[in-house]
Amino acid sequence: MDSGSLAWVLTSAALVLFMTPGLAFFYGGMDRSRSVLNMLMMNFWCLLTIPILWVTIGYSLAQAPFENDFLGDFTNAFLRDMTITGEDGGKGLLVMVFLGMFAVITPALISGAVADRMKFAAWALFAPIWTLLVFVPVFKWVYGGWFFKGVFADSDLALPGSLDFAGGTAIHVNAGISALAAVLVLGKRKGWPKEGHPPHNMPLVMLGTGILWFGWFGFNAGSALFANGQAVQAFLNTFLAAAAAGLAWALVERIRDGHFTNLGAASGIVAGLVAITPCAGFVAGMSPIFIGLIAGVACCLAVGLKTKFGYDDALDVVGVHFVGGLVGSLLVGFFADATYFGGGEPFFMDGLFFGGGPDLLIEQLFANGVTIVYAFVMTTLIMLALKATIGVRVSEETEATGLDLAEHAETAYHSGAGLSGS
Amino acid sequence: MKLITAVIKPFKLDEVKEALKSAGVNGITVTEVQGFGRQSGHTEVYRGAEYTVDFVPKVKVEILADDALVDGIADALVAAARTEKIGDGKLWITDVDAVQRIRTGEKGTDAI
Repeated sequence: MDSGSLAWVLTSAALVLFMTPGLAFFYGGMDRSRSVLNMLMMNFWCLLTIPILWVTIGYSLAQAPFENDFLGDFTNAFLRDMTITGEDGGKGLLVMVFLGMFAVITPALISGAVADRMKFAAWALFAPIWTLLVFVPVFKWVYGGWFFKGVFADSDLALPGSLDFAGGTAIHVNAGISALAAVLVLGKRKGWPKEGHPPHNMPLVMLGTGILWFGWFGFNAGSALFANGQAVQAFLNTFLAAAAAGLAWALVERIRDGHFTNLGAASGIVAGLVAITPCAGFVAGMSPIFIGLIAGVACCLAVGLKTKFGYDDALDVVGVHFVGGLVGSLLVGFFADATYFGGGEPFFMDGLFFGGGPDLLIEQLFANGVTIVYAFVMTTLIMLALKATIGVRVSEETEATGLDLAEHAETAYHSGAGLSGS
Repeated sequence: MKLITAVIKPFKLDEVKEALKSAGVNGITVTEVQGFGRQSGHTEVYRGAEYTVDFVPKVKVEILADDALVDGIADALVAAARTEKIGDGKLWITDVDAVQRIRTGEKGTDAI
């Protein structure tokens, strides 16, 4: 691996790491002031546990060997054969640590849905168990398994498998649908939806959004795994789609509700980032702007579904990550332009709008459909098992007085002249 | 001796403070409070969902005053806090039985 690519992917890995604290602030600001530390800790918990899980068995099961279609094995477990002294000069280690950052943030995405009422002990177990049983297999399917190789692919014709540049299916659809399953087992917050739960600190939400956007350049452009033209394209697309989606969401709110809101702009930016993730290295030209506009409108309308159907997805993980991820993953089937990523003949990886026919879209539909069913069922089972053993909900009293003090013995904001030791 | 209590619009605090100093007041106590009156609350919208906020932030000002100065102080406060729009707040005056300065132990009017 050339030193430029090595430097870029290392830098990207650090950028992706920064997204988890960014997400924590994005969610934390939307949370109540007396549960904000619980939200931050749910996210930071992933930073404590998932790196260790990843290098011990997660990475190996998710990636090695390439021949396995459904699940890897223990080839690289406990860093076996993963050193800088091998022939690849450390590229294997580099990819492993880069992907490890994605493994950290994926379960963290779910924390926004279960906000304000999940017992921390239950989350502490849920995050690593979910990573192992849901994230790892789906990751294998998407990046090296049966989705990647193509379910409907004719090997003679070398038809394409599904495409997911940086984790639309493997990360956002996967975590988003799991968030829905988790809240269906967990139940609604007390008083929801009659009693409002407005954000306690909007500036924190905007700060988190900025960190997420910044980190997302590593997430998407780093996923080229080289410092090459595809990385440049993914970088530009990440820039444009987020802006277009933020604009679209803000405009829908302005027309429908009368105001340009900070939360609308921030939510739109994140929706655009989610939607461009699967497309980032596969689309070019004006496509990222169209993808962003579509995702911004779709996600803005989708966050209303929870009140309509009565599932309490507290901070709209389903509306933003599931819907945004699905929209992006399906739009790959329309906007993929093989000219720019070497997917032309004999691979035929163009989308519908670029003369590719429906093959790619069919692969996208199948990969996402299977992921939705698998992740929903497995997450439901994990949550039911936790519910039956240690319980998943805090007491009614803790829910009313806030999780920070009861679950963590900490308080985010001390007010008053010396009354609370500040 | 009297206690003047006023609930005012927060952005008027500086003007009220200056007016009170000019009226001869040596000290005031200020508290951030919330409540509702005829102004009632407002509506906020987050991701399309409306939230009604019933309580409006206000500032409560408390002044201990000698009987002879009470009317002048109250008038100065009212003049400074007034915007002539709904939500300007209220002022009320109550009797105070005793006052003591903690540092010296002085009592009554001397302690004000």
